Amino acid sequence: MMAKLLKNREILLVVAIIALVALIALRFPAFVTPASFARVYNDTSILIILALGQMAVILTRCIDLSMAANLALSGMVAAMLNTAFPGLPIPFIILAAMALGGLLGMVNGTLVWKLNIPPIVVTLGTLTIYRGLIFLLTDGKWINAHEMSDAFKALPRLGLAGVPVLSWLSLLMIALMFLVMGRTPLGRAFYAVGGNPHAAVYTGIDVGRTRFFAYCLSGTLAGLSGYLWVSRYAVAYVDIAAGFELDIIAACVIGGISIAGGIGSVAGAVLGALFLGVIKNALPVINISPFAQMAISGTVIIIAVAVNARAERRKGRVILRKAEAV
Amino acid sequence: MTDAHLSPRNIPDRLQGRGARILKSWESLLLAVAVAIFLGNSLASPYFLDPWNLSDATFNFTEKAMIAFAMALVIISGEIDLSVASIIALASTAMGYAVQLGVDTPALVAIGLGVGLICGMVNGLLITGLGLPSIVVTIGTMSLFRGLSFIVLGDQAFTGYPESFAWFGQGYVWWIFSFEFTLFVLLAIIYGVLLHKTNFGRAVYAIGNNQTAALFSGVRVARVKFILFLLTGLMAGLASICLTSRLGSTRPSIALGWELEVVTMVVLGGVNILGGSGTIPGVVLAALIMGMVTFGFGLLNVPGIVMSIFIGLLLISVIALPILWQRARRRLAH
Repeated sequence: MMAKLLKNREILLVVAIIALVALIALRFPAFVTPASFARVYNDTSILIILALGQMAVILTRCIDLSMAANLALSGMVAAMLNTAFPGLPIPFIILAAMALGGLLGMVNGTLVWKLNIPPIVVTLGTLTIYRGLIFLLTDGKWINAHEMSDAFKALPRLGLAGVPVLSWLSLLMIALMFLVMGRTPLGRAFYAVGGNPHAAVYTGIDVGRTRFFAYCLSGTLAGLSGYLWVSRYAVAYVDIAAGFELDIIAACVIGGISIAGGIGSVAGAVLGALFLGVIKNALPVINISPFAQMAISGTVIIIAVAVNARAERRKGRVILRKAEAV
Repeated sequence: MTDAHLSPRNIPDRLQGRGARILKSWESLLLAVAVAIFLGNSLASPYFLDPWNLSDATFNFTEKAMIAFAMALVIISGEIDLSVASIIALASTAMGYAVQLGVDTPALVAIGLGVGLICGMVNGLLITGLGLPSIVVTIGTMSLFRGLSFIVLGDQAFTGYPESFAWFGQGYVWWIFSFEFTLFVLLAIIYGVLLHKTNFGRAVYAIGNNQTAALFSGVRVARVKFILFLLTGLMAGLASICLTSRLGSTRPSIALGWELEVVTMVVLGGVNILGGSGTIPGVVLAALIMGMVTFGFGLLNVPGIVMSIFIGLLLISVIALPILWQRARRRLAH
């Protein structure tokens, strides 16, 4: 029953995306070519990676508003490492960005786990703190393209079998998350904790620790995205990806991940991100001002949450309220 | 009180016994902090105690505090409204648009308040009418409302507000008491009475402590919540009038990030983010503290973004400290 419901929701989303593309294709057939799809996917890759991390957190009845700030801080540190030591191998820089992102995620996770502070408060707080730290690190200065090494900037664009590394990385992350969520105790624990924390305790799952790991995961993915963002756009400054946390949550909500926890899938998160990606890439094509994107995202979030709520009526809970204390 | 009452599985009633005492000590602690900051500031800078300087300093918090009063009620009822800053932007954009059409001050005020009310109504209908979680709805409307202002304004700005409109943000009622500060005091009294002395206020607490029980006790939960979101929208509209009048221009990025500061103010004031407890005097003190800290930092030339780090740290530590303190107490009791 549950599996059927989930399946339906994802099929619904696929249909919605196809309808959207068809609508655009009516006026602009050029939008519907394999090359164009590959471009849209590549452009959405970073959002997909971030949505996967956010999904894990939301599944456990938490939320991570600090992902974009984490991305900006990790990306800035990656860029600073590159400018300070241009000889440093790029994989090392990526690992460093992921480690820093993971560390920042651990800070969130520790506050949620050990101090039991509501996740929304923790991540609202760390959101400003992480962004503030970038300012303290750089004095508000930018790191521009010419200061970065060529290898640093080239990696995401590098073609591998005709597909950029950026797309490959996001495909790899989707595959990894698919395994983690479906085939590991941790992945199942995410669902158990969100579905019913009380029952999870009785089955021997440490709710707090599971949430901690969810934050570590989202932090690490934000760190990876930090490098990808900075190298792709070849610029790092305090405000990169400002407000992007909303897009990430929007992708999850559109993808059918219940903000009340316990419901959602990797496919949903990916499709939700792709839905936003198609809209974003289609706006300039159909001649709508890019300024309209924010309002459209907002409307889509509201519609998506209303549709989801109908599917799971009487199951949803406001995440601010502590339903069952651990 | 026995240990069983303190185990995390049993949340003690926050309004009785120990809870009430903690709440009480929280406000006295805030008062002590406020006095300490006041004294510290007046020792650090000889200009601090000048009445006109103090009067200027109040502009740091009055607009945010207006929203914080209504937000406090929303949070006590167990919901949250993250769209307030975007409502400010949309109301300001609407007023700016009206100015281009030659609308005069009284109508501008009506437009500002009206847009705030409509935004609050949208939130309220989505949350109480469709039963959606307020956090996601207001994240959505936060994007929608500011998005609308971006559609109207793009990278432009509205200016040219009539001279009489400037009074709301720059005028003085008497001596050093600005219109905004007077409004702040009035609203503090109104909200204090509303929350602490009326049936409506009791209903807000009841909903925050146990929504189902409140419903079965005959509290019209949905209606109370709807009114709370209306009030928050109205306050955001009011804040928008004051802020727009003070700045004299409208950009789509106006009041960006204020939702965080308003929530911080409310939480710092001792309102439980999970709902059910909190007081208006606490929020008033929190507003004064945040205003004075911002002013003090300003006198020391600290950049804005560093202040925001401080606010973020304040938000987390304000919640973490009582938890740590309680834990230490429990350990001592053993």
